Amino acid sequence: MNRSDLLVEVSDLDYAVDGRSIFQGLNLQAERGRITAIMGPSGTGKTTLLRLLMGAIHPQRGSIRFFGQDVVHLARGPLYALRRRVGMLFQNGALLTDLSVFENVAFPLREHLRLPEPLLRRLVLMKLQAVGLRGAAEMMPFSLSGGMARRVALARAIVMDPEVIIYDEPFVGLDPISMGVIVRLIQSLNQTLGITTLVVSHDVQEINAIAHQTYLLSEGAVVAAGTPDALRTAAAPVVNQFMNGLPDGPVPFHYPAPDYHRQLLQEGW
Amino acid sequence: MLSRWPAGALLKLGAVTLFLLRIFAQCLPALRYRREVVQQIYNAGARSLIIVMLCGLFIGMVLGLQGYDLLQRFGSESSLGVVAALGLIKELGPVVTALLFAGRAGTSLTSEIGLMRATDQLTAMEMMAVDPVRRVVAPRFIGGIIAVPLLTAIFSCIGIFGAQLVGVGLMGVESGSFWSQMQGSVQLSDVNEGLIKSICFGVACSLMAVYEGFHAEPTAAGVGLATTRTVVSSAVLTLVIDYMLTAAFL
Repeated sequence: MNRSDLLVEVSDLDYAVDGRSIFQGLNLQAERGRITAIMGPSGTGKTTLLRLLMGAIHPQRGSIRFFGQDVVHLARGPLYALRRRVGMLFQNGALLTDLSVFENVAFPLREHLRLPEPLLRRLVLMKLQAVGLRGAAEMMPFSLSGGMARRVALARAIVMDPEVIIYDEPFVGLDPISMGVIVRLIQSLNQTLGITTLVVSHDVQEINAIAHQTYLLSEGAVVAAGTPDALRTAAAPVVNQFMNGLPDGPVPFHYPAPDYHRQLLQEGW
Repeated sequence: MLSRWPAGALLKLGAVTLFLLRIFAQCLPALRYRREVVQQIYNAGARSLIIVMLCGLFIGMVLGLQGYDLLQRFGSESSLGVVAALGLIKELGPVVTALLFAGRAGTSLTSEIGLMRATDQLTAMEMMAVDPVRRVVAPRFIGGIIAVPLLTAIFSCIGIFGAQLVGVGLMGVESGSFWSQMQGSVQLSDVNEGLIKSICFGVACSLMAVYEGFHAEPTAAGVGLATTRTVVSSAVLTLVIDYMLTAAFL
């Protein structure tokens, strides 16, 4: 792989919060123009990893390179310049509740560019058309369903024509139709526009359908990496448990706790 | 716990001061959001108008009653206008308006910004390379600073009207002496004192409201606590600043 093909490079990353280790020696890479998925059980720090990638929080050790720039040591100005090249879809959409759908999508354009109003209007309507919500342009976020809000947030994420789109749990809480729409949109944005895509998710089926490369995280490190097919046939127990949705295994069903019987007997009525 | 208190208070004072500097740095760029600033003046100012006018009227009426009762003991009830005007313009107007502003508009600012934090709206702005201090905090801060002196002026005027209503209408103080003594005794420096106080209280109350909202814990309880902290810290800060300014103006 050519080094210039790498858009994101995470090396030897250590991150801890209040003494609790989240990542130890994490390494992963995302190639230009491809869909890279980061998967793992809930609580493995997938969203935290995205916040690290975007420079919102800083690791204790290791490096994060985004577009070849060291995100950890970037000042606010260059960091904001880098973020303008990236679109991000939040788990809950994070739409601005006092703005209409149209104004939400127009928000980055109004903030960063001085476009004539007719041109801005056309751009916004084109992005809303791409997510199938041109007809909802005048609606307010509180009147949208979860799936619609996610699609509006996607239109906002792509309105600046980013080179990279980061999706944080894009399939959570969606009905099958909305989920199918989002899967198709992620795939078509990648294929037609060549947008590099990073998806954080724990939805195995959907990720397997679209990802070119998958990283499986567990206990603060990458436990498996490869194509979805390679991961499906991997022999490692933790990979097998996750990919097949087994309730117990290397990732225990129970959160660490003192002995059950002793705790019940020791506690008074 | 008690030994940690001074260090905690100093840390918070430092954090609030740094936040104030950050807001000041963004105030000029934030003026490009003219519509947003006007909207915030409306939210903080116009929507507080009824409560400010009502409180001003009753405080003025009470001042008329108490002032008359006190002054008539010395046979100088004709000075009621001066007492009411100076009391309202220099002291009661700025302080009570600031306390009302903290309770009515400050809490609303804190909960609004706190909810934006809790629903990731502020984080989303940061990820879109938009500084939330410039886009969200600074317009609300500017709106508060403009609204408080205006509300104070209205409070003082209505208060004087209330005092006149009771003093002249009810207690029989002569209308001519009520107004002429007020005109003769109230100086421009008194009005300036009230104006400077109200601007300082506007800065303090707006700052505490946006600070607490911006740093609220992103939970329902966290936003509730932040709202309470806004009222308490705004009230304390207003009274402390009031003492310092009053001492400075003497």
